Amino acid sequence: MPTVEEKLICVTCPKGCTLEVSRDGQTVVKVENGCKRGRVYAQQELTDPRRMVASSVRITGGLHPLLPVYTSAPFPKPRIRELLILLRQVEVHAPVKLDDAIIVNALGTGISIRASREIVETNSLDR
Amino acid sequence: MKQYDIIIIGGGVVGCMTARALSRFNLKILLVEKESDIGMGASSANSAIVHAGHDPYPGTLKAEMNRLANPMWDEISAELGIPFRRSGAYIVAVGPDECGCLESLLERGHENRVPIEMISGEEMLRREPLLNPQVSGALYTPTAGMVDPFAACIAPLENAIENGVEVMTGTAFTDFIVQDNKISGIRTNRGDFGCHWVVNAAGVYSDEVMHKAGVRPEFKINTRRGEYYILDSTEIEMSNILFPVPTGVSKGILVFGSTHGNVLVGPNSQEAPDKEDKAVTAKGLSEIWQSAQKLVPSITPRAIIGVFAGMRASGNATCKVCGIDYHHDFVIERAEEVEGLINLAGIESPGLTSAPAIAERVVELLKDAGVSMAVRKDWNPIRKARPRFNHLSRKEQAELVGRDARYGRVVCRCEMITEGEIVAEIHAPIPARTYDAIKRRTWLGTGRCLGSFDMPRVVELLSHELGIPVTEVTKKGPGSEFLVRPTKEVEA
Amino acid sequence: MTLKDRYDVVVIGSGPGGLASAIAAKKNGAQDVLIIERDVEPGGILLQCIHNGFGVEVFKQDLPGPAYAQRFIDEAFQVGVEFLLDTMVLEISRDHRIIATSKRHGFLEIQAKAVVLAMGCRERTRAQVRLPGTRPAGIFSAGTAQRWVNVEGYMPGKNFVILGSGDIGMIMARRLTFEGAKVERVLEVMPYLSGLTRNYVQCLMDYDIELQLMHTVKNIIGKNRVEAIESVAVDEKWNPIPGTEEIIPCDTLLLSVGLIPENELSRQAGVAIDPVTAGPFVDDGFQTSVPGIFSAGNVVHVYDLVDWVTEAGLMAGKSAAQLVQSGKQTVSPVIPVKAGENVRYVVPHTLCPDHLADGEIRIQMRVRQPIEQPVWVEVRSGEKLIHRKGEPYTRPGEMVTIPLKPAMLDAVKASSGLTVSIVRR
Repeated sequence: MPTVEEKLICVTCPKGCTLEVSRDGQTVVKVENGCKRGRVYAQQELTDPRRMVASSVRITGGLHPLLPVYTSAPFPKPRIRELLILLRQVEVHAPVKLDDAIIVNALGTGISIRASREIVETNSLDR
Repeated sequence: MKQYDIIIIGGGVVGCMTARALSRFNLKILLVEKESDIGMGASSANSAIVHAGHDPYPGTLKAEMNRLANPMWDEISAELGIPFRRSGAYIVAVGPDECGCLESLLERGHENRVPIEMISGEEMLRREPLLNPQVSGALYTPTAGMVDPFAACIAPLENAIENGVEVMTGTAFTDFIVQDNKISGIRTNRGDFGCHWVVNAAGVYSDEVMHKAGVRPEFKINTRRGEYYILDSTEIEMSNILFPVPTGVSKGILVFGSTHGNVLVGPNSQEAPDKEDKAVTAKGLSEIWQSAQKLVPSITPRAIIGVFAGMRASGNATCKVCGIDYHHDFVIERAEEVEGLINLAGIESPGLTSAPAIAERVVELLKDAGVSMAVRKDWNPIRKARPRFNHLSRKEQAELVGRDARYGRVVCRCEMITEGEIVAEIHAPIPARTYDAIKRRTWLGTGRCLGSFDMPRVVELLSHELGIPVTEVTKKGPGSEFLVRPTKEVEA
Repeated sequence: MTLKDRYDVVVIGSGPGGLASAIAAKKNGAQDVLIIERDVEPGGILLQCIHNGFGVEVFKQDLPGPAYAQRFIDEAFQVGVEFLLDTMVLEISRDHRIIATSKRHGFLEIQAKAVVLAMGCRERTRAQVRLPGTRPAGIFSAGTAQRWVNVEGYMPGKNFVILGSGDIGMIMARRLTFEGAKVERVLEVMPYLSGLTRNYVQCLMDYDIELQLMHTVKNIIGKNRVEAIESVAVDEKWNPIPGTEEIIPCDTLLLSVGLIPENELSRQAGVAIDPVTAGPFVDDGFQTSVPGIFSAGNVVHVYDLVDWVTEAGLMAGKSAAQLVQSGKQTVSPVIPVKAGENVRYVVPHTLCPDHLADGEIRIQMRVRQPIEQPVWVEVRSGEKLIHRKGEPYTRPGEMVTIPLKPAMLDAVKASSGLTVSIVRR
């Protein structure tokens, strides 16, 4: 299989080096321009790119209608869209504590979706 | 069809002052305004100056109305609770060449019977230290002043409502109902209304209105747009009104304080054939900036906190006085071609200033036409302004908050506008139903952050007080909604 | 909680700067510490920053904003900090008398022994960048949009153009995309990215959102609501290049064109403001020019990482508590710290050399232009080099720090002023 040349911006540290990656299918053959961490990043990006995802779900009984949530670990990039669609369907009820698992094992990834903050139960007349 | 004695078309300052003047009499009056709120035209986008009256071409209606109206502002602002300050104004000559122009202006001032005096460059610099040190002389007109232009609409109209006048916003005139060459009513997008008299105070559309009755087909409004910058009062403190030496076309680009405390710069004067095109332009802004720096060299762009533009209703009416060669005069007259129409047209500067006098002229015109104008015994001339938290002393603020806790929550941080004031305007006689309507009434959202902080809170308040979903809250009427849908409701 | 009318330390703002200040004040011996917050709950801007990127230094974790705030809110309660919420400060006097107003608590006057200003920033507006065009609905600062999308729960539009490649704009580009909106373009007037590269990759590249450098908004089109943006390319002097105009249909323009420290109250209290940072002149304890008034966080200058805001807050709170306990002004001499070559500004503006005996003093700065090659960050006293640190590059979007260490005490004490410069290696 022929080698493919690709450019990738590394985000491991703020420097943001542009890595030149040669790969043979999914196998990384060579990485120019990077450091050790950059090579690890390139390998990961090309075979199994992941991102920390932060979004929100609907919540009733609290001060605001949304509860911010985040993934407990970097999430597979190709499935982020699916995750977001799932999150839109979720509704929880106050009270919620920081890091409560809103979804466990999201989409079978083993990664949970956690509450980014505490939301107490409020009487809406409190406004 | 509902029947009235008089229908006023247009809720700008002229229409509102006229409504108030006419409310003195036992007449059934309706004012219709096509926009979602009153005063959305030139009345809320102008220099907010009560002119001394030295500038209009002597002998014209403009000159006459300005001269009659200027002294009226003390009483009318006190009766109606309109912020007004008789600050005086200066026409400033910069450099040796401009000094000659002052002489002819001084003469014109005398001809217009306006208090006006010449002062030296040194004296002018003493009175306004921020001025260009090359000031060579100036004219001082002590009777000029600053007014809150939107208050000058809402105050008289609220007073008119209290005295029995009806107001309909979102109601656009479409045609006259004429029988036997006499106006017997108007058609609008919200139905027909009968009347004996119509007062056309339709601003930039006053030509189109009168043409519907076949009146003055040659009269045309050529809108000219004026752009303004608003400067932060903490960056530049100036409470004078400074005019440059005027050009042929306009009074020129001013640098002036306001009742609100901010310093404004503008307006320029550009042909704007589209009557609704109130865009600010890069060219216009740079033109204003250069001119302003000639007067006050120290102003910097970093002081800018706002921009706006307004449309002048510049008409082509020839002055009716024999021998006066002037072709942009006010039209304040009873129509000849048809019975029952009074036209107030081409009311550009000094329109705001002249509004109280124009209103009285309408009263006279109706009397002359034989309309029975019996004075109401119960007419109440007083309209009290609602409290403005940031204008009160700390003691008064504490009292106000103690009386009504909603005045304790500051919603617009830059201008210190409270929830209590916003709610009061939403439920006032002419209710504020949009973000801009609240802005015009309270100056909310006009400060340093231009609404960044207050916008979500105001939208929430409007939704709550009007009982509408937040997605229906608008900036300035239908089509200008802020929010499109809840975050989590995505169209498939 | 019964509100008192006197406190040892009053902190204005419960964002990361305010929270850290209050906690540090308590922990360093101040008895009564109060935070006054204008919103109905504590956390400040972090409440709407629901994305990750917070706490990498302080907690060695990559947390979302609200979670980072929660840690400090919980600690503040634990150590006995009092909170006055839904309350707006109207005025602070030179002698620390605070006047505030609240729907819940009424009109209030509170006397403080020391004050910490932590009001954060506001956003640069459309008027301040002089965008021509109409004034329809649909022009919002990125922060206002963020508040709506993340907290109030509403989308302010369907199709967006974002002006400014600052972090807030890029974060919002991703956020809006997550929630089903379309971001048509991001325009940046400079020839380089304004925010972090990581955000460019993870917010724009990941979602195929086009960034155009050296572009800006030429005109805003739309009567009642934004209908389109006319973009244009510009040269290095920001002059529009004729013929490069493009009409981009959209219904919303988001502005991410810079943050400005919010020092209204500071000015009114007589605090001297640095025109370059738009924040107070401060010493190494974050005391301002008014004795007993301290300041911490974005209100001093715009930080890039919240972790450094926390660090600043801890210092300011500690200094405030120490002042309250000693009951008198420290009269130790201070020396000025000035911005030298390539440096736009330096914070703190003055430092007391004696304080080096207690620990490091970190000097923070931002550069004027990007230098994409190795540099030395140098602290000099006249010609004499006091300390230098190598950096692989420097960019305006990333704050640069250099610590002065206790070992340098003698050299700094002998100095009459320091200059911080950045030179190519």
